[in-house]
Amino acid sequence: MITRKFLVGLAATLVAAAVIVVLPLFLSDTHEYRFAFVATFFIAALGLQILTGYSGLISLGQSGFMLIGAYTTTILSVDHGWNDLLTIPIAGLLAGIAGFLFGFPALRLRGAYLALATFAIPIAVIALAKKFSDFTGGGGGKNLTRVLTGHEAYVTTWPIAGVMFVLAWLLLLGKLGRSFRTIRESEIAAVSSGVNLTVTKTLAFGISAFFAGVAGSLYAIVIGFVNPDTFSINLSLLLLIGVVVGGLGSLVGVVFGALFIEYVPLYAPDILSWVEKPFGAPLDPQRAGAGAAVYGFTLLLVLFVAPYGIAGLVGKANKSLQRRAYNPNRT
Amino acid sequence: MAEFIQQVVTGLGDGAIYASLALALVLIYRATHVINFAQGEMGMVSTYIAWALITNHGWSYWPAFVFTLGISFLGGFAIHETVIRPLHRAGELTVVMATIALLVILNGLVSWIWQPDEKILVSPLSGGTWSVGDIAIPQQSVYDLIIVLVCVAVLWLLFRFTKLGLALRASAVDPSASRLLGVRVPWMLSIGWGFAAILSAVAGMLAASAQFIFTPGFMQVTIIYAFAAAILGGLESPVGAVIGGLTLGVTINLLGTYFPGQISPDLRLPAALALLLLVLVFRPSGLLGRTAVRRV
Amino acid sequence: MPLLELTDVQARYGQVAAVHGISLTVDEGEIVALLGANGAGKTTTLRAISGMVATEGTLVFDGKPLPRKAEGTARRGITHVPEGRGILGELTVSENLKMGAYLRRDRKAIASDLDEVESELPWLHDRRDQQAGTLSGGEQQMLALARARLSRPRLLLLDEPSLGLAPIIVEQFFTLVRRLNEEQGLTVLVVEQNANAALELSSRAYLLEVGRVALEGASAELREHEGIRKSYLGY
Repeated sequence: MITRKFLVGLAATLVAAAVIVVLPLFLSDTHEYRFAFVATFFIAALGLQILTGYSGLISLGQSGFMLIGAYTTTILSVDHGWNDLLTIPIAGLLAGIAGFLFGFPALRLRGAYLALATFAIPIAVIALAKKFSDFTGGGGGKNLTRVLTGHEAYVTTWPIAGVMFVLAWLLLLGKLGRSFRTIRESEIAAVSSGVNLTVTKTLAFGISAFFAGVAGSLYAIVIGFVNPDTFSINLSLLLLIGVVVGGLGSLVGVVFGALFIEYVPLYAPDILSWVEKPFGAPLDPQRAGAGAAVYGFTLLLVLFVAPYGIAGLVGKANKSLQRRAYNPNRT
Repeated sequence: MAEFIQQVVTGLGDGAIYASLALALVLIYRATHVINFAQGEMGMVSTYIAWALITNHGWSYWPAFVFTLGISFLGGFAIHETVIRPLHRAGELTVVMATIALLVILNGLVSWIWQPDEKILVSPLSGGTWSVGDIAIPQQSVYDLIIVLVCVAVLWLLFRFTKLGLALRASAVDPSASRLLGVRVPWMLSIGWGFAAILSAVAGMLAASAQFIFTPGFMQVTIIYAFAAAILGGLESPVGAVIGGLTLGVTINLLGTYFPGQISPDLRLPAALALLLLVLVFRPSGLLGRTAVRRV
Repeated sequence: MPLLELTDVQARYGQVAAVHGISLTVDEGEIVALLGANGAGKTTTLRAISGMVATEGTLVFDGKPLPRKAEGTARRGITHVPEGRGILGELTVSENLKMGAYLRRDRKAIASDLDEVESELPWLHDRRDQQAGTLSGGEQQMLALARARLSRPRLLLLDEPSLGLAPIIVEQFFTLVRRLNEEQGLTVLVVEQNANAALELSSRAYLLEVGRVALEGASAELREHEGIRKSYLGY
């Protein structure tokens, strides 16, 4: 069980954990707050990584399951007086059950057809959230009971993100992880090697939605307010972009993906002003849409030049460094 | 009865827009086996181009309409040449991602260039009505239906009776056999994307006028109806897509009229999606789909 | 000067080489057969000529190097009827025939060629609106040949035309090919598992073994060759 890969992963994880523990000393409150969002995106994207990166099942529904988690926390803590942190497991569980159930109709779908079907999830849950406004506050949204500072948000989210990361890692190390990878390569081969397709696929959806539920719950706690439209298909698209940019099939890559999701809108104007200079374009980079354009172009760029994302690039650099170390005569 | 007829006509007008976009999806699916998630946004970009020509450059509606169709053709052609074709060997997931990237890019660029505030595309196909007895027939719906049907008919004639159309169909059916006959298949597929872009431009411009005001997100609802319409028709059947679109338009309008309590406007979309999901799961070849053996 | 000349041609699918260096020639107006067991590289050789696989080595057609894309070789006058016949199954019989003349611009000549083909095989006319995929194997093979004729090929490549067909149909098919060769000077390079029929049809033949030419010569002589008789002709 203890392979070299495992040890490398363990070391990287410990380093990352140390960085996360020390980081607040260097961050302003604003950036700590931003990093709390990075943590929630990280958790949601971990779930999507398990589903899309490991099991090969593409989903545009992750934000819908986040909505379920967010509203579970909001309703339990506001209307029933629960401690908001205690609602997190319930939020994850409810979203997980919803995801598991969605897995059944999705069993027969693959590739683009599956993407089409999952397209329906956020749109449907948003419409339902607006419809049942007695519970959810409708389109106007609903306030939670407390508002967190940046530091509070940071120390609330990251320990949970750490737990979720370890959970995902252990899960993928085990038999279920192997089954996920087998169905990604070939469903026929998976069946012939004894993998139960129904169980594996519905579990992949359930687990992925569980992560989304936890993420949605934390999102609500951090921001102190929920609104159905926050969880639109656009958020699902962002998470998918984050997973691909970070690197499909890499848990560590998800960190980069989450940072990317949170920080692109902040730096998009700078990036676009570079583009602007050579063309002399008279467009104001501060305008709306700049972030989306950068997200989209980055995704396209990754698809063309680095199909394994940032994690793939890091891995490649790492390998070529090793090769150089072993063989100094090689140019 | 009067209301029923009015709602059917309105539904046909809406349905024509879904049909046009659904047909674009089907054309692309048949040619390149890609579900193009950016199809609605391609129509949205076309609409903004037409709007800019009319509003900022003083063009009148019809020249702008026709010119936009030409630009859209080139845009669709270019997207296939530069994005889809180079990625095609990388597998289905990658191509799906690429169309999602295009969706995000096009939406972002339009917001960036033209601002995300509400715009009006003034169309000569006014919002008036014809009165037949006590029935008030909405003119715009009738015009929308006619324009889409004309486009569909022109496209059908082209595919059916021209050498180009024959080569386009041959390329979609069997690319390698077509290449052996001397067909430049990649070009044909790009031309297919160009035609799809024209159809989505038609859908976009008509939808923008029908909604009166539009923002960069205005096709994101229409594309879902178009997905549902295309899936209803089986995703490979052009006739199915058109019938699917019209049926969906009429059904949604009638449900909205006669069950206003249950099917309020914000539940129309989930209703269409539920339909899409049901057909996908239980009848993947579509309600009108052929039961022909699918190629592997 | 031969019409087609291959010198030390290699072809590979990804990492796997299927043809290891074949040299052969086809002269204008002759029928040449490629024989060999399964996996000898016959089909790959045809695919190499028509530009469907990556190749190394030189391929010269009519004095000039061959383009390395299928649509390019078609434009040079090479018509390849591939394994499985390359019929466009969802298109009708008449649409398939029209696609044969896809690269031609001479409408009148196309029409008269079509008349000629349809007068020889009247069912092509009677069933012109039938989906080609619903034809029997023999009919599809005949359609493929008719379609190939409409492209007025300078060189016709036939891949296993007899595969899966009843002997009587094979007989008809080969008779037609020979007649076209004699009357119109059609040049043919045919790959055949049925060595008997192929040697009877062709004037020269190459025997391929594991991606190389093992033997070549006049068909009449090869029929008398002991090794060929034992291994491929079965007597």
